[in-house]
Amino acid sequence: MAYVPDMKTRSTGGSVAKFLTSRAFLAPIIAMIVFVALWEFLVWVNNWPDYVMASPSDLPAAYAEYWGLFVKYGWQTLWRTVVGLVLAVIVGLFLGMIMGFSRLMRDALYPLLVGFNAIPKATVVPIVALLFVGAHDFNTILIAFMISFFPIAVSVSIGLSTLEPEYRDILRALGASQGTIFWKIALPKTLPEFFGALKVAVTLAFIGTNLMEIVSPHGRGLGALFDSGKTNSDYPLMFAVLIALAILGIVLYYVVVALEKIFAGWADRQPG
Amino acid sequence: MTFPMIKIEGVRHAYKTPSGPLPVLDGLDVTVEEGGFVAVVGPSGCGKSTLTKLVAGLMKPDQGMVMVHGEKVTGPRSTVGMAFQNPVMLEWRTIIENVMLPLEIVSTKMSKSEQKDRANYLLELVGLEGFGDKRPSELSGGMRQRASLCRAIVHKPDILILDEPFGALDAFTREDLWQTMHKVKDEEPFTGVLITHDLRESIFLADQVVVLSQRPARTQYVLDVPNIGPRDLDHLYTPEAAEMLNILRHQIEVAQGRAAA
Repeated sequence: MAYVPDMKTRSTGGSVAKFLTSRAFLAPIIAMIVFVALWEFLVWVNNWPDYVMASPSDLPAAYAEYWGLFVKYGWQTLWRTVVGLVLAVIVGLFLGMIMGFSRLMRDALYPLLVGFNAIPKATVVPIVALLFVGAHDFNTILIAFMISFFPIAVSVSIGLSTLEPEYRDILRALGASQGTIFWKIALPKTLPEFFGALKVAVTLAFIGTNLMEIVSPHGRGLGALFDSGKTNSDYPLMFAVLIALAILGIVLYYVVVALEKIFAGWADRQPG
Repeated sequence: MTFPMIKIEGVRHAYKTPSGPLPVLDGLDVTVEEGGFVAVVGPSGCGKSTLTKLVAGLMKPDQGMVMVHGEKVTGPRSTVGMAFQNPVMLEWRTIIENVMLPLEIVSTKMSKSEQKDRANYLLELVGLEGFGDKRPSELSGGMRQRASLCRAIVHKPDILILDEPFGALDAFTREDLWQTMHKVKDEEPFTGVLITHDLRESIFLADQVVVLSQRPARTQYVLDVPNIGPRDLDHLYTPEAAEMLNILRHQIEVAQGRAAA
C-alpha cells in the first residue's frame, strides 16, 4: 500500500490552531524548509552563478515577473493533466476489467501492454506531434493518458483476478448476476489497489503533459514556459517552473488521497 | 408423496485438469430429511467441498442426480445459505450490512428497516448484540464467523451448507460456536450439511455422519447419531460418544487405507 499520511489529527482535532501545531502538518513543512535551506546553502558554498544553478532566493523575483503567465500556463497544464488522467482511469478500468475477468484476454493483452509501456514516451512525443500537427490540447492529453493508464489497468486486473472464489460464491449461490457480483463485491474490493495505482498515475500524467509541452513548438502550459526560460537562459525562471510543477503534483496527489479516504477509507488500518 | 430435502444419488464428477480428468466423486449417495443435519467427514482432498457446490447448484455433476425437494438441481437457488472456513466478510461494510447482504439480492421487497430488524435479531441470537456497527477488522475470528453464520441464514434458507466453518478457530471458541449452532437451529430451523474434519464436532452437531472414502469419493459408511434432545458438551464425554468416535475414527483409517475394513 502506498504511503498515506496520517491525517487523523485533522479530523478528530477540530480546531485550526490544533491542526497547525499537529505533527501531520508540521513534519512536512519542516522537511521542506530544511530542503530549501540545503539548496540555498549548496549554491552559496559552491559560489554557483545563476546560469549554472538558481538558488531559492532567486525564485520570488521570477514568480513576481511572470505571475500572469504562471497562472495561465499552470491552469493549462493542470486541466490537460486531469483530462488525460480521467481518460487513463476510464480506459485503465475497462482494460483491467477485461483482463481481470477473462483469462484469455489476460494472456492476449498482457505482452502487448507491457511492450507498449516499455516504449519511452519521449520517443512517442515527436510522432504524435507530427501526426496531429497543431492539435496541442489533444496531443498533450494523449501523451498524459498513454503514460498513465498502464498501472491502473494492471492493478485492477490483478485485484479482480485474485478475488477469492468464496467471495463470488456467497452471491452466486443466491442466483446473483455477474453484474451484481461486480458491483457489490469485485469493484469495492479492488478499490485500495486502484487508488494505489492512481497515485502513481498522477505523477506519471504530469510527466506526460510536460514532455509534450516542452517538445511541441509554440506549445502552451508550464512546459512551454520552461522551454522559453531555456531559450532565454533565464535559469531562475526554469527552476521556478520546476517548483510550480512540483506544487501542482503535490496538490493533485492529495486530491487522490482525499478521494481514497472517502471511497476506500475502510482499508486503512491504524497500526497498534 | 413426501420427498427428502436433499437426495444425492450415484453422483460421479471429475475436474478437467491439464493432465487429464481428475475424478473426485465416484458413487456418492447422501440423503438428508427435512430438518435433518448431516455431517460429512473424510480424508482431506476427498471431494467434500465439491459436494457442497453440487448441493448449492454452483456445479453440475457429470453423472447421477442431485435433488432438492424432489426436484433436480439445475442452477443456484436463493433458498440456500452458505458459510465457509473463511468468514468472507466484506471489509467495506459494517457487520450488520454484511449480514443484510443476501436480503439485498433475494428479498428486495423487504423494507430497509425490516432487513435491519431481521439482522439485529440474528446478531443477538449468536451473541453479537451491539457489534452491528463495527467493521469486520475490529472483530475476532470467532466473532466474524458468528456474523458469517448470521449472513448464511438471514434470508431463511431451507438448506444451510457449512464448509468447515469452525476449522480455523481455537478449540474453546469452536466449542462455544457448536453450542451457538444448536441454539440457532432451535430458533431458525433449517436442513443442514456440515463438512468437517472434526469427529467430535460431527457427532455433537449432526444427527447423521457420512464417511467418505479417499478420492474419488464414494459413501463409505453412515452413522446415525441417536437423538438425545438438547445436547451440551458433557455428552461428548459419555461412553456412547466414545464408542461413536471410535467407529468413526476406524472408518477414517479405512478410508485412508491405513486399516482394513
